[in-house]
Amino acid sequence: MDVLGKLALYALALLAALLAAAKAHDGLFAAHAWVVALACLVAIVVTVRNSDKPSADDGAKYLDGVVRYGTIATLFWGIAGFLVGVIIALQLAYPILNFDWPWTNFGRLRPLHTSAVVFAFGGNALLCTSFYVVQRTCQARLALGNTAWFVFWGYQLFIVLAATGYLMGITQSKEYAEPEWYVDLWLTIVWVAYLLVFMGTLFKRKEPHIYVANWFYLAFIVTVAMLHIVNNLSVPVSIFGSKSYSLFAGVQDALTQWWYGHNAVGFFLTAGFLGMMYYFMPKQAGRPVYSYRLSILHFWSLIFLYIWAGPHHLHYTALPDWAQTLGMVFSIMLWMPSWGGMINGLMTLSGAWDKLRTDPVIRMMVLALAFYGMSTFEGPMMSIKAVNSLSHYTDWTIGHVHSGALGWVGMISFAAIYYLAPKLWNRDRLYSLRLINWHFWLATLGIVIYAAVLWVAGITQGLMWREYDANGFLVYSFAESVQAVHWAYVARAFGGFLYLAGALVMAWNIYQTIRGKTRDEAAMDILAAPAE
Amino acid sequence: MDYNELRHLADSWGLVYLMVVFIAVVVFTFRPWARKSYDEAAKIPLKED
Repeated sequence: MDVLGKLALYALALLAALLAAAKAHDGLFAAHAWVVALACLVAIVVTVRNSDKPSADDGAKYLDGVVRYGTIATLFWGIAGFLVGVIIALQLAYPILNFDWPWTNFGRLRPLHTSAVVFAFGGNALLCTSFYVVQRTCQARLALGNTAWFVFWGYQLFIVLAATGYLMGITQSKEYAEPEWYVDLWLTIVWVAYLLVFMGTLFKRKEPHIYVANWFYLAFIVTVAMLHIVNNLSVPVSIFGSKSYSLFAGVQDALTQWWYGHNAVGFFLTAGFLGMMYYFMPKQAGRPVYSYRLSILHFWSLIFLYIWAGPHHLHYTALPDWAQTLGMVFSIMLWMPSWGGMINGLMTLSGAWDKLRTDPVIRMMVLALAFYGMSTFEGPMMSIKAVNSLSHYTDWTIGHVHSGALGWVGMISFAAIYYLAPKLWNRDRLYSLRLINWHFWLATLGIVIYAAVLWVAGITQGLMWREYDANGFLVYSFAESVQAVHWAYVARAFGGFLYLAGALVMAWNIYQTIRGKTRDEAAMDILAAPAE
Repeated sequence: MDYNELRHLADSWGLVYLMVVFIAVVVFTFRPWARKSYDEAAKIPLKED
């Protein structure tokens, strides 16, 4: 699109935002309209300033600018999300840190944390790696011109609207789907553009076969679109107001929510990142995936099974018993493809295990796969009704989620970015391999502390809540169970802090890599040197 | 169609349909003569940057 066309579009959007601000039904909606207006103004200024500069990627074989921006956005939102995580962990241990302000209350900061890490950190990692991988494996430039840039900036606007909304108190109270109807509509537009760019690139591929990583990415994009649209079907109170009501009610609403919620885990946090694994693992190891057929089997079994597992979030509720059992059975069946995939990834290293000693990026990938295996074993186990009666509503669940999120999603994303940074900025190597080692150990120690203390805390809570005395009275009050796990909350915050510290080391490493610096340091294979 | 009819359709014909499709996909993936083309596909990421 030419500059004038773009400017006209931004001006029109600015006008619409101002109109919405003027007609707003409530102050929160007006505030969001002003955020959009500000975004339009920034877009206009940037467009005018850059109007006479050619884009760096014009004429290049691949459109990599958007991947570069995506890597930086991933790091930025990652650190923001981890920081908020540490803050809310401390709030749980020391409630005074809520400060008695509505904006800093745990209830508002918690969705800020979950959305920042899942959608802002994870989402940007998926966006930028999918754009990179689809171009490389199809040997084709991203389709539809600069639409990928619209996807990137549109997605950032979604994040800003969601985050500011939570802080101001805008929420539709659906876990991981808190943004209100107008933000949902905007994300739908961005997501459809994302799908078109991805599919368009697949259509114009020069490689006859579509590599399996793209299957996983495509499943992620298509399924998330479906989940997002159905779970967010709602009726706004006013088209100039921030409040809406869900189309579903009661247990139907709960089931729709957890069909969405669990498949957000399955297709956003699993399928998408598996796409990442199936490209970057072979790339970093320098050898093809262990079994290509197993990767296809992995794909189809995940697709066929995952979509039914959601009801395990609603054990012992008003949901019909058969639906709970269905969710449990499908969750247990998921164990097989998950472990098949993990083994497939790990065995890619067979014959090259020595790389574990010399290549900290490979080490990160292996740890990611190990946590993928561990959390996909723990999850099905927790979905068994008998186990769930102990674990549900306790901090065991939080520990489980974090071993998957920090261990699998986080580590595979970090590894991919370490792989990408020198390539994207045309550097010979990263600034420092030893700093990756630091990152690796800080993060690993952080996750281990986090998961281990929350196992203890969760089982403690579960046992205390179900302890009856001889007369059938509950032995413990709820507050006593809170007191019993206070130490674990403090330790958990420390684990999260270590993970954040690792991410800060990474940011420094990537920043120096982009600047073209290399750190003067001893080689990583020092351990392989013969003993004297 | 009410809730009960849909539910019974799902756990009879729906289940059979999805099972058949899934088994067909697996059988197709493991057809013996495709080994070479899968080995080629596995090398796609290693071709170039």
